Amino acid sequence: MEARDDHVLIDVRNVVKIYRMGEVEVPALRGVSLQIHRGELLSIMGPSGSGKSTLMNILGCLDQPTAGEYYLDGVNVGQLDDNALAVIRNRRIGFVFQNFNLLPRTTALQNVELPLIYAGLGLRERRERAIAALEAVGLGDRIHHRPTELSGGQQQRVAIARALVTHPSIILADEPTGNLDTKSGKEIVAIFQRLNRQEGITVVFVTHDPDVAACTRRIIRLRDGLVESDEPREADCVYLEPEEAGALGFST
Amino acid sequence: MMYLLESLRIALRGLSANKLRSALTMLGIIIGVAAVITLLSVGQGVQTLVTSSLESIGTNLLFVFPGNIQSMGAGARFTTAAYLTMRDADAIRSEVPNITAVAPSLQGTVDVEYGKTTIRTTLIGATPEYGPVRNYQPADGTFLTPEHQATGARVAVLGWRLASKLFPPEVYPIGQTIKINRIPFRVIGVLKEKGGGSFGSQDDVVMVPLSVAQQRLYPNRRSPAGEPLISVIDVQVDSQKHMDTVAASITDVLRQLHRLKPEDDNDFTVISQADLINIFGQITGVLTLFLGAIAGISLLVGGIGIMNIMLVSVTERTREIGIRKAVGAKRRDILLQFLIEALVLSLIGGAFGIMLGIAGALAVDRLSADLTTVITPQAILLATGFSAAVGLFFGIYPASRAARLNPIEALRYE
Repeated sequence: MEARDDHVLIDVRNVVKIYRMGEVEVPALRGVSLQIHRGELLSIMGPSGSGKSTLMNILGCLDQPTAGEYYLDGVNVGQLDDNALAVIRNRRIGFVFQNFNLLPRTTALQNVELPLIYAGLGLRERRERAIAALEAVGLGDRIHHRPTELSGGQQQRVAIARALVTHPSIILADEPTGNLDTKSGKEIVAIFQRLNRQEGITVVFVTHDPDVAACTRRIIRLRDGLVESDEPREADCVYLEPEEAGALGFST
Repeated sequence: MMYLLESLRIALRGLSANKLRSALTMLGIIIGVAAVITLLSVGQGVQTLVTSSLESIGTNLLFVFPGNIQSMGAGARFTTAAYLTMRDADAIRSEVPNITAVAPSLQGTVDVEYGKTTIRTTLIGATPEYGPVRNYQPADGTFLTPEHQATGARVAVLGWRLASKLFPPEVYPIGQTIKINRIPFRVIGVLKEKGGGSFGSQDDVVMVPLSVAQQRLYPNRRSPAGEPLISVIDVQVDSQKHMDTVAASITDVLRQLHRLKPEDDNDFTVISQADLINIFGQITGVLTLFLGAIAGISLLVGGIGIMNIMLVSVTERTREIGIRKAVGAKRRDILLQFLIEALVLSLIGGAFGIMLGIAGALAVDRLSADLTTVITPQAILLATGFSAAVGLFFGIYPASRAARLNPIEALRYE
């Protein structure tokens, strides 16, 4: 079951992020260090204002640290320019957001193809990979539906497929169950767990929901821009998807 | 290439998502382009009309006018009074070689009256040579003859349009008596329609013998010495290659006759048909340019409409831009997407505008009897190029604003 290996995927060293609000400097991160290995499934927790969103933006290469170093797969990301960051986001990082962030008026398939367009892939390859990703999240029969024609859980699956489709090094999920009912939330967590277990994909949840965090094997707690605690643990729960549960002889 | 195709696809999808808005935005460009094409083709048509009218006057013609046209604008002083008389015409006829005809004429505006109809029109006091020189041919009856000129007969020749306006259809014009400025004249001929349209009023003229015009209609138009004046002398040259030498010898003859000193400017103007065509070509060229410029302003307004809508679109789609950036769109990708949207708007608008403009030009052509509008490829090229430029120019600012958006803030945008 342990998919983790010793390869250090993310190495954050003493990262500081200060926002400037006019005259006032607001420190969001005040020296955060952490390492994430390939194949981990972990949660970053903290109350609002703890800096977890800022940390996620930096981990996701949407933002640059004010000070400190961030190595992603050995590359010092803090030195890169806008275009290079866009390439890293495209190739190495998959985002899943609380509010799904799908393009409206655009089919599931087109939404999932989006990162591949910017990766410069041809039409046919794009289509094949997008369909495969949608099948991996159980939406193979809904590829031509628009977001408005899908339930919240289904929309979030499209978003996961979009994050998966480039085979990223890491998926960052920001409150992925925040807009979902309990049942759909569990299904989404189950998908992440399976992807982590079967495909060895590294997944980071950014959440303040203890139930979600409980499903991960490591919880990093932030408070006031600092790491408060960082402990490996046994996951309290493993959700299984219906097909998987059926195959193993459980009922959900 | 790949990017362009993709961007084009994305742009088209974006535009079709908001069809009414896209259509209204295009309307500005459509109207602008249509106006440019229609007005340019009307201007071109006017130019063609003027040229062909001038060419229809006759061939190998030189015109001698009193006064110096070139120095008139500059407040020139004439050392002698600026007028032409029959002596000038006679001198040219007898002293200048290589000419086939000299036709002095006197022009004025008169009231022509028949029954209860009175029409104000142009009178030409002409000699018999005037007909062949200016390509006037009688459709009915005869033109003025040397006898008419010699005896001072009160006879008149009418342009066909004037005749049709003056006489009711059942009246045969020849032999009728009309009154010109209350003096009775007998109609002896009606002229054929002049080819090349009706620029000026070539089909509305009334012609009488020059001697009659000078003595009966305009007895007061005299030089200080009491000689009757003439308005213009038409000189027909025997061939195109003698035009310049004939013009030069006319100048010599008249300078001598007018006793001009070497330092004096000419007190007359010799101008050729080609010069006239040039001058009018310049005038209509300016007119065309002016019309085009006015139409260009509406194109500009259309462009501002595009910019406006693109700015709205960028704001409205901030989150979309954030999503695209999060999944790896570079600045260039976003820039290209919005720029292509603006370009597509303006180019599709331009295409419709070209169609509408051509339709407009054809409509003007139908509606006006004389004007043949000319749709030049240059006008279409200009309109296309201009609308593309408008799209680029007015699209670049909204697009670069979209490209510069911070992905984090864009994603958070509600």
